[in-house]
Amino acid sequence: MEIFGSNQTEFNHPAQNPTHSSAFIFFHKKTSKMSGSSNLVAMKKVVQQLRFEASINRVKVSQAAADLQQFCMQNALQDPLLTGVSSSTNPFRPQKVCSFL
Amino acid sequence: MCDQTFVAATFGPCESCGKASPLMNIYIKTEAINFCSFCVELMTCQVLQGGESVASLKRESDNLKKKLEEERGKLNDIELHQVAEKSEVLGAFAIKTRRLLKGHGNKVLCMDWCKDKRRLVSSSQDGKVIVWDAFTLNKEHGVTLPCTWVMACAYAPSGCAVACGGLDNKCSVFPLSLDKNENLNAKKKSVAMHTNYVSGCTFTSSDMQILTSSGDGTCALWDVESGQLLQSFHGHTADVLSLDLAPSETGNTFVSGGSDMKANIWDMRSGQNIQSFETHESDINCVKYYPSGDAFASASDDATCRFFDLRADREVAIYQKDSIIFGASSVDFSLSGRLLFAGYNDYTINVWDVLKGTRVSVLFGHENRVSRLRVSPDGTALCSASWDNTLRIWS
Repeated sequence: MEIFGSNQTEFNHPAQNPTHSSAFIFFHKKTSKMSGSSNLVAMKKVVQQLRFEASINRVKVSQAAADLQQFCMQNALQDPLLTGVSSSTNPFRPQKVCSFL
Repeated sequence: MCDQTFVAATFGPCESCGKASPLMNIYIKTEAINFCSFCVELMTCQVLQGGESVASLKRESDNLKKKLEEERGKLNDIELHQVAEKSEVLGAFAIKTRRLLKGHGNKVLCMDWCKDKRRLVSSSQDGKVIVWDAFTLNKEHGVTLPCTWVMACAYAPSGCAVACGGLDNKCSVFPLSLDKNENLNAKKKSVAMHTNYVSGCTFTSSDMQILTSSGDGTCALWDVESGQLLQSFHGHTADVLSLDLAPSETGNTFVSGGSDMKANIWDMRSGQNIQSFETHESDINCVKYYPSGDAFASASDDATCRFFDLRADREVAIYQKDSIIFGASSVDFSLSGRLLFAGYNDYTINVWDVLKGTRVSVLFGHENRVSRLRVSPDGTALCSASWDNTLRIWS
């Protein structure tokens, strides 16, 4: 974690700003063991993340499934593993042994 | 606040701290604020601090989780395999081993194809990384790393370099030269530094950036030239075992799966966790995007592979059978996305019909568990790496 801290230049600056005392606790959350205040901060993060996830736009499964199926159909002909390639065009065909004539 | 805030991403000087970094453009009650992601979190933490206790937050988080479940459930009007009933059944599937790549002295842990569709790189437990020409079975380059268990390796999009990492907690990049006598170890460049093993690595769209996942629970984006950490992704509560980049050139997202049974989708520029899927019952060993970029599949120790749709925000298919009891270690899609190849710890590879959810075929051949599977870039072949020290190419 110490290595991470020294590489993240954008995390360093708030700690130097005395008015952002909460930022100091926030920054140290990642390195210290769980204490009362960092428990609170961790919970806030969880709630924030859940709020963000709850607000995304979702599509109905029927629509999504139809799109997936359409993609498969459109590309089925270009799929060599699906349609199979003949031995002559297959780059991985069994190697023929060359002999001198 | 959440129903009034919208998040997009641009780059520029942050209005709060002045540093140039990826910004989140937030509108709070119609007022535009451009802060970098750190200042946004500061601001929201300060706002939340007013009189909230751990208990009230816990209640809110439980409510939100329930609400999420409801929202997701509302959209589940039909199952994927029901929609797929109209599509035709796949014909007999006949692929077999065309090439057997021998040369590793110990378990092969990872492999990756080059964009030229014929070269591939593989890494093994004995610390060796070998670049092969799959058509001729020639070994083109070999490097020995000082550490054992090289769990991740990747080929650069240009084909001029390979990246590998493992128990040394680092990811190193080796530029490949045409000169056979050159010692590749001399040109080695250590790019990523984690505090635990590196489980997965991949180049982004250029040779200049690498994305790594690690046993320390984080993923990180690094600049190859300077070794600088560009963005880190925190959110997993246990080891991150796998990651995959979204296929489109404009896409800026990637998916990661870990031992905490969760698969997360991340925005690469902001470091934000966009979506999270938690239906697996055990560690997720591998994740792979569907070719269209709208879905992904995951393989897990609970002997199932699952298919998640990103726009519907839910799991849409499970690939399982009562006769399969061993964990799946790796998955990959065929070019059209109709077939899902999954390698299992019972030494077999199962081929699933993605849409119908049925098993199409089983590929036997390996003498130990399959550790990694990859379909070649033009879709003509499948390469599998195994703990029996060999790689097999199926076509």
